[in-house]
Order: sequence, then structure tokens, then C-alpha cells
Amino acid sequence: MNRRMILALGAVAMVSGLSGCGGKSGAANALNGAGATFPAPVYAKWAETYRSAKSVAVNYQAIGSGGGIKQIEAKTVDFGASDKPLKPEELEKNGLYQFPTVIGGVVPVINLPGIKPGQVRLTGQALADIFQGKVKTWNDPEIASLNAGVALPKLPITVVHRSDGSGTSFMFTSYLASQSAGWKSAVGASDTVNWPTGLGGKGNDGVSAFVQQTVGAIGYVEYAYAKQNGATYALLRNQAGNYPAPTADAFAAAAAGADWSKAPGNYIMLIDQPGQDTWPISGATFILMHKQPKDAARAKAVLAFFDWAYTSGDDTAKKLDYVPLPDSVKAMVRQQWQTSIVANGKPVYTRRPSKP
Amino acid sequence: MTATTQGRVAPGNLAETVFRIACASAATLLLAALAGVIVSLAIGGWPVLSTFGFGFLTSSEWNPVTDVYGAAGPIVGTLITAFLALILALPLALGVSLFLVEFCPPALARPVAVAVELLAGIPSIVYGMWGLFVFAPWFAAHVQVPLLLAAGDDTWWGKLVQGVPNGANIFTASVILAIMILPYMSSVFRELFLTVPATLREAAYGLGCTPFETARSVLIPYVRRSMIGVVMLGLGRALGETMAVTFIIGNAHGFPHSMFDSGSTLASTIANEFAEATGALHGAALMALGLVLFCITFGVLAIARLLIGEKAA
Repeated sequence: MNRRMILALGAVAMVSGLSGCGGKSGAANALNGAGATFPAPVYAKWAETYRSAKSVAVNYQAIGSGGGIKQIEAKTVDFGASDKPLKPEELEKNGLYQFPTVIGGVVPVINLPGIKPGQVRLTGQALADIFQGKVKTWNDPEIASLNAGVALPKLPITVVHRSDGSGTSFMFTSYLASQSAGWKSAVGASDTVNWPTGLGGKGNDGVSAFVQQTVGAIGYVEYAYAKQNGATYALLRNQAGNYPAPTADAFAAAAAGADWSKAPGNYIMLIDQPGQDTWPISGATFILMHKQPKDAARAKAVLAFFDWAYTSGDDTAKKLDYVPLPDSVKAMVRQQWQTSIVANGKPVYTRRPSKP
Repeated sequence: MTATTQGRVAPGNLAETVFRIACASAATLLLAALAGVIVSLAIGGWPVLSTFGFGFLTSSEWNPVTDVYGAAGPIVGTLITAFLALILALPLALGVSLFLVEFCPPALARPVAVAVELLAGIPSIVYGMWGLFVFAPWFAAHVQVPLLLAAGDDTWWGKLVQGVPNGANIFTASVILAIMILPYMSSVFRELFLTVPATLREAAYGLGCTPFETARSVLIPYVRRSMIGVVMLGLGRALGETMAVTFIIGNAHGFPHSMFDSGSTLASTIANEFAEATGALHGAALMALGLVLFCITFGVLAIARLLIGEKAA
């Protein structure tokens, strides 16, 4: 009896193990992706809609950009995702190709009594000086000179940053490094840096909570998060010298204004791009795939999914406060697909002629 | 720990043999898993340990941009929060358990004991969020700000309470940790006090002891050896707690300069940075932090073992 039970258990284990394998090695009916947490909500929503439309399941694990890069390098997933584009040489080393999916942005949020959203104006240099601890009070001349007519209190500034490594921090510190030589040499840009001052909150929630709870605080959150929570944001001066409000249009303007043709491997940061209404801290999030996939059918299915998302996913993205790519960028990426991903000497993706 | 027959079973009894082998392999498996953890942490952390050597433990610079890593800040933060949590939780746990055993009306004892055990079942992220959204603002407004206003910058206690008045600091993290380890400790304490033979307590009362004297001279001495184990269990949990601490400690690398300064712990640093650690050395540094945490926990438990052994002798 005991032996029979053990045999039965073994059989159950084998069957479940086999069926587990079957899902992965069989036909491309379930695609697996992993990586960045920032686009996870929109990828999940796209996958859900795509599944009901095309009966293809796409599983996305939000394990962080670092994990996404590691997993695609190890070929354990069909596509990886990263908020931080890989440099062309890093792509080359691992035989990878990357393309953008949606745009996000970073917005500075503040807590000052009597100050409304968009009332305080900052430059990149001033923001860097605040986050470096050089500007310590809100009525400092460096801030006051940008804000004539705004009653800035004599309050100490409390800097709040992300404690967890994140694409948001990467975008934010990249912007500060591009605007301030002092920041670039002393701190630099990465998803985790050695913050000169302030305290760290976990995730957008953590940063937002500390800012709301501390009078005189300044932090930074994702655009979608700031919008959904009605946070008090500060305006930033862009390259054209304007102070646009952080809206979807201002982020889209950054992607449209960028010169993608001069970005080998799509290595592009949408930081401080030209344009009258461009929000200066924008950035795309990326998908990583192998240039020469071992399984052409699965690579083709992944591209078919993102092709569909480019065509039919914009409304979903907008509803979740992501900014879709401009059409010009989508057309460029589709063009790349036809030459970049090759299996057995043949491109895996061929664009169906669009209906007139 | 009921004493059963200790004698060896006659050979040929299949069930007994199988049972003995099963137990032995469970124990071996545990040791193998432990060894596996140490080895893989050591291998994973080796690039950083070989680059920075002993300096990894003594330097407090942690900079993923320039790939310079030192674990001193998180080590200090871990030790401070864990011991502070223990100091806060120990008298409370003793009080709760003595109340339940000695003073609580029997009708209430059971529900209160269950409530204490339920506290242990709350996920740590809930404690973390409660700490962040409820406790930290309250603490900042009613404790931190009054202390800051009352303290001079130059007095020693003025230095001790300096910090951003928003409740995210080493001290509040310790309080949250204390609340988290309290149910474990008080629940085991209660079980321990219940093992004190009724005759001993009755004898103490018969001699005219007050409840306080009974607790001090009979109950606590009777379970003292086991109590060290409970304390170490609580300390072990406080050392390794991740989520709740991450929410409320302020997550600043480097040494904390006051009780109300932001800090970090080994576990919170790993939890914060592991997902996005792309650089080879950054990932290795986090693995090395894991190894350090493992060694600290191991050391603490080894010391506990020694203490218990000494008392037994």
C-alpha cells in the first residue's frame, strides 16, 4: 500500500512535470517575457486583450530591468524588458536587439504650504543643486530668482529619492547629470546612485508618502503616478526655455523631437530633447530580443504581439497614463524588425501591407 | 520532550529502519541546504570580496555608479535596529505573557492569547505600510518634532534626536520590528511559563510571595535557559526582516548619525537593489551582503547556543 502510494505520487509528479515542459517547448502558444516593472501594467493589459483577440497568451513577469536583461541573455524568456536602454556595444556583445514600446516620464513633486501644482519653476541646474544638498532652503536665491511673485517660505528642503533601484531614478539622475556638471562628476547617473542627501522611499508610493508627510519635501515620481494622485508638481525649464506642464503631449513631444536616426541600437534617452513643449525628463521603455533567435516561430510571435500593440494598444496605454510612441517612431521600429531579427538567413517579421 | 523508550529497536524491523533513515536524511538535507546557501553566497559575492577585501566590512561608501562597495553602514544599521527592537520587545513580551499566565481572568486568557498569535500572522508588508502611513506621521508630529524643538543642537541628547521630522528613521524601524517580534516572543514565553509545575507556584504563594515575587524568584528562574532561546529567536527574526524595515528606515547608505537619522540594513539594501542590479560588481556586492547577514545571524545563534550551554552546566 505504501509503495503504491509512492508510485502514484511519482506518476502525478511526472505528469505535471511533463505538462509543465509541454507549455514551453511546444508551439508558440504562450510567450514569456520578464523585466521592467514600470511598463508591467500596460503589458499585462495588452496581453489580456491580445489573448482574447488572438488566443495567444503572453506572460509577463515584472522582476525589474536588471532581471529582464539577465533572463534574455540567458535565453530563459522570449523577450526581456528594460527601462534603461542597453548601449550598442552591450547589445552587440550578447547578440541582442532593442526597441521602444511606450514612453513615460518623471515629474518632480513638492510639499509646500499654499503652493499649487505647477506654481514653482525649476531648472535642471537648480534641481541638481537641491538634490546635491547645495541648496538647503526654499527661499534660496537660486530658486527665488526663477519664481518671481511666488511666496517661497523659509523652510528647509527635505530631499526624497527612491530607495529601490529603478528606471525612474535612472531617468532622473541622467537628467541631472545632463544639466549639472557638478552632479555628473560627484554622483552620476544610474538606477541606484550614492545619494548625497535625503532619504529613500520604496517605490513611487514610498516617495510620495514621504513627500506628503514632510513639509518642505521634494521628490520625484513617474508621470502616471503623479497624475493619478494629483500630486503638487514643479515645472521644469526645457531646452527651448519654456516651462510646459507635464502632460502626455509634452512626453510625446520628446519622442517625436528626438533624432532616432542618430541612435545606433535605439540607444536613446529622451532627456532634454528639443521642442517648444517638450517635457525634459522623458524616456522610452524597451523590449530586448535576440538578433538570431533559436526558435524563429516564437520570435515571430513576439513581434506579432508588439505589432498588434503598436496598432491597437494605444488607447489601452493612454487609459493607464502611458504615452504611446509617435507614428513616425513606430514606422521606424517596424522597418528595423524586417532586418534586425533573422533566423536561418530569413527575417522572422515581414510587414503585411496595411489596408488602405 | 516526552521521554520515550530510548533503547535500540531490534534489527529487521523495516518500519523502524525506514523511519531512522528518513530522519537522518532530513537532517542531512538541512545541513546540505545550509552549506549550499553559504557556498553560493560566497561564490556570488567573491568578485566583491576579492576586490575590496576586508575593507568591504569597514568602509561605508556604497556607490553603484563608480562600483565602490562597503557594507559598514548596513551592518551597523542591522545591529542597531535588531538590538533596539529586542530591548523594546523583551519587557513587553514578558509583561504580556506573565499577565496571561498569572493575572488574566481565565475567560479572557484564551482570546487574548489567540489575538497575540494572530499578530504573528500579519504579513510584514502590512506592518511596513502601517508604519509608513500611520505610525511614522504620528511619531513625527507627537514625538520627533517636540523633541527637536526642545533639544539644543549641542547637547548630547540634542544630537541623538536630530533628523528629518517625518518619522522615517532607525528608531521607528526598530519600533516596527519590536511590534513584529513581540507576538512570537510573548507566545513562546507564555508556553514556557505554563510548563512551570503548579506545585512550585503554589509553594511560592504558600510562603506568602506576592505575584511579583513569584514571577521574579520562581517563574523566570525556572525557564531562564529556554528564555535565552526565545530572545535569540526574536533577535534572529529582527536581523533578517526586510519588507517592513525597507518601508520606514529611510534607506540611506552610510552610518546613521543619530537615533532619528535615516539608515539601512543588510536585508533592506538587498531587497531594494537586487532587482535592478545590472552591473556585475553590484550584484556581487549584494550577494556579499547576504553572506555577511548569514554570518551575523549564525554568530548570534552560536552565541545563544553557548549561553544556553553554560547555564546548563
